[in-house]
Amino acid sequence: MIESFVQSVNQVSRYIIPLLLVGIPFYGLIFKKVKVYETFVVGAKDGFTIAIRIIPYLVAILVAIGMFRASGALDLLLSFLSPVLTFIGFPPENLPLALMRPLSGSGSLGLLTDLINQHGPDSLIAKIGATMFGSTETTFYVLAVYFGSVGIRKTRHALVAGLFADAVGVFSAVYICRFFFG
Amino acid sequence: MLNYIWFGMMFIGVVVGIFTGNIDAVTAAAIDMAKVAVNLAIGLIGIMALWLGIMKIAEESGLIRLIAKGLRPITIRLFPDVPEDHPAIGSIVLNMSANILGLGNAATPLGLKAMEELQEINPDKDTATNAMCTFLAINTSSVQLILPATVVALMGATSSQIFITTLFATGMSTIAAITAVKFLEKRKQFIIHSGGNA
Repeated sequence: MIESFVQSVNQVSRYIIPLLLVGIPFYGLIFKKVKVYETFVVGAKDGFTIAIRIIPYLVAILVAIGMFRASGALDLLLSFLSPVLTFIGFPPENLPLALMRPLSGSGSLGLLTDLINQHGPDSLIAKIGATMFGSTETTFYVLAVYFGSVGIRKTRHALVAGLFADAVGVFSAVYICRFFFG
Repeated sequence: MLNYIWFGMMFIGVVVGIFTGNIDAVTAAAIDMAKVAVNLAIGLIGIMALWLGIMKIAEESGLIRLIAKGLRPITIRLFPDVPEDHPAIGSIVLNMSANILGLGNAATPLGLKAMEELQEINPDKDTATNAMCTFLAINTSSVQLILPATVVALMGATSSQIFITTLFATGMSTIAAITAVKFLEKRKQFIIHSGGNA
């Protein structure tokens, strides 16, 4: 039953973007007599300025993340933490992914690919990894892009809250998978 | 906060790099990532232009306002500082819908539009408002109903098993995000002192 639901949800999602692209101008043009072409161009202009505006923020964040990753500091942290993790039932194999996820989308996807290849998609470790990947976000990237686009430099509690949510997502992934598949 | 984390990542990177002999890789990563950042931003231009254009039509035709009104009972609790019929609410709702449906490409432009509109009612232009922090926390907690296409591709037939667990974990992280922002926004170290906080 779940399978067919997942299938149909994925089917529906294929049509959403094309339907939005045609449905919104349709509504505007036919019902509201909006000059859709001119209006589109006015809105589209902002795409350029916003993309350019986020560059300094992206450079700042991505350079710091890149330096941290390349140094091997993550492996060092892993060796410190793995005894504690084993104790609380958190597979140490999943830790690099959990730590990488808020930092880098491509980096964490690489780690997930590696986990699935090494342990097979039917293993608990792969299932935990995939669940983690789907339930957390690249928090640093999102914050840099979103705040950067409007020039906000004092981000207050956004980062703490985002990282807390990631941590909850990661631990939920571990324990729900252990409950279902463990 | 971000100041320390940003500096900390580079500092740890250099110190650990020296000890592990990876210092060349650290240097290369710094230069490389600067390039990656620009490429990422440039790559966004086209898709941003497309969605912001469509959004402008949605706005002019009153669609955004309609959506915002419909979901007001939920959004008023999450964003009590944003005026009732402000276009930001419409963009926020559309961004979240795009996220829920796994439309990452559409979600970012819609989200940036929402940020721009939230910035309009921000009295202190370089400081984040409560509404912005709430919006971003929900965003980074990754509300989604559809598994990322990459995960489906990697997990194959097992993906449908992951569906329920992901839904549960992502639900937990979203609840955590909302709880955390609502709690933190009133704390001494995060509260905004001057003027109103829209």
